[in-house]
Amino acid sequence: MVLEFSKKSALKAFIAVLAVLLLVTVVVSPAAAEGQTFTEKFYQNFIEDDRYQYLLTGLQNTLIITFFSLILGLVLGSLIAVVRTVHDMKGKLKLLNLVCCGYLTVIRGTPVLIQLLIIYFVIFASVDIALVPVAIVAFGLNSAAYIAEIIRAGINAVPKGQFEAGSSLGLPFAITMITIILPQAVKNILPALCNEGIVLLKETSVSGYIGLIDLTKGGDIIRSQTYEAFMPYIAVALIYLTVVVILTHFVKKLEVKLNAS
Amino acid sequence: MPAKGNVLIEVKGLRKSFGDNEVLKGIDTTVCEGEVIAIVGPSGCGKSTFLRSLNLLEVPTGGQILFEGVDITDKSVNINKMREKIGMVFQQFNLFPNMTVKENIMLAPVRLKIMSKEEASKKADELLKRIGLSDKADARPSQLSGGQQQRIAIIRSLAMNPDVMLFDEPTSALDPEMVGEVLSLMKDLAESGMTMMIVTHEMGFAREVADRVFFINDGVIQEENTPQEFFSNPKNPRLKEFLSKVL
Repeated sequence: MVLEFSKKSALKAFIAVLAVLLLVTVVVSPAAAEGQTFTEKFYQNFIEDDRYQYLLTGLQNTLIITFFSLILGLVLGSLIAVVRTVHDMKGKLKLLNLVCCGYLTVIRGTPVLIQLLIIYFVIFASVDIALVPVAIVAFGLNSAAYIAEIIRAGINAVPKGQFEAGSSLGLPFAITMITIILPQAVKNILPALCNEGIVLLKETSVSGYIGLIDLTKGGDIIRSQTYEAFMPYIAVALIYLTVVVILTHFVKKLEVKLNAS
Repeated sequence: MPAKGNVLIEVKGLRKSFGDNEVLKGIDTTVCEGEVIAIVGPSGCGKSTFLRSLNLLEVPTGGQILFEGVDITDKSVNINKMREKIGMVFQQFNLFPNMTVKENIMLAPVRLKIMSKEEASKKADELLKRIGLSDKADARPSQLSGGQQQRIAIIRSLAMNPDVMLFDEPTSALDPEMVGEVLSLMKDLAESGMTMMIVTHEMGFAREVADRVFFINDGVIQEENTPQEFFSNPKNPRLKEFLSKVL
């Protein structure tokens, strides 16, 4: 992941990127558009008719969709991972395991956009339902498949002796799993889970296909009104980047805390 | 057989296969309360598999294991309940790295509602004091030496007040200078009357502490005897060869 460098240098890099983008915006964009100054264009794209509202609403929807589909993905993904692990370790739950394997194959074998379109236009076709919940279901179901495999890999990476030590003390499988195995597994996979969250945040940018105003669509609407692509799209990119950098920062902190324990 | 007390474990015709590979080919033996059994044999002979079958970490493919009169191979038996009475110590210690030393010791008694938190805490303090590691109560396992970790693994099992303790090569993963502290704790345990079954390569320890020594080879117990007879007067030719190499 992008966590290789230290916190300070990440912040510096971010500021550098911001500075370069601003510079490019100031220097390039006035030259490209006849006569208009940077301030005028900024005004036209974001202030006039309260266009910044598209970005705000969009950002809000993007964050809501990301957050709730991540929760859905974690819950469903954990269940799938546990079913698969129990099957692999104890040979039980054959039918459920088969269902889970089928699910993983289908979800990971098709693009998320097609899944979103099918869920909205086929599955919920005859139901009058708000767009955001549909997107949450679609992205949640999608990320569950990836999260399940991340969690399963994390469980597999915990040494077998830990299970045996728990069992030999008389602890039932479920307690061994919850108190001994999963805490170690989560620590192992935290970077991967965070990465999945960031990927998810960016993947929600296809939500516009079902007419939902997410951040990307918000920028798109501004472009369609002002016939100016540069400002709104760069703004959208910067907002995504800022959110990702902030998230990465917090996960980094959490990781340091976990490593200390 | 030097019967010290009542029969605790009775093994009848125990068999275990991994695929086509039959590792245990019919083991019969009886262990009484308070006995200390050392199990020796060449690598891959099935001695660890035998020990791990006694608490069903390996599920036998045939035969019976009666623990305190209950056949634990019977599927209707709640094996977790039986395991509460069968402590086990592993070669790799297997302390839980996500918990402190004291949490390691308290986890099972508290989670299984055998003790209250206060009782378990008191018990953990007593046990830590007994092995002289009271100051490590809040340390993480990774901060301890191998010998310290293994001694804590032993008292973690003891906290459950088991009726028997199984040791699977408890000193094989230790630096030579740490072996002594673990063996001396095990000797104390034996002297306190704990029933113990120990898979080991420490022949000196087996001779000194065990009541009986088993020689397992080729999936069966080929010889069992008192340590004096076992080491000075072996009868089985394979055992003679084995002892000539390791002593």
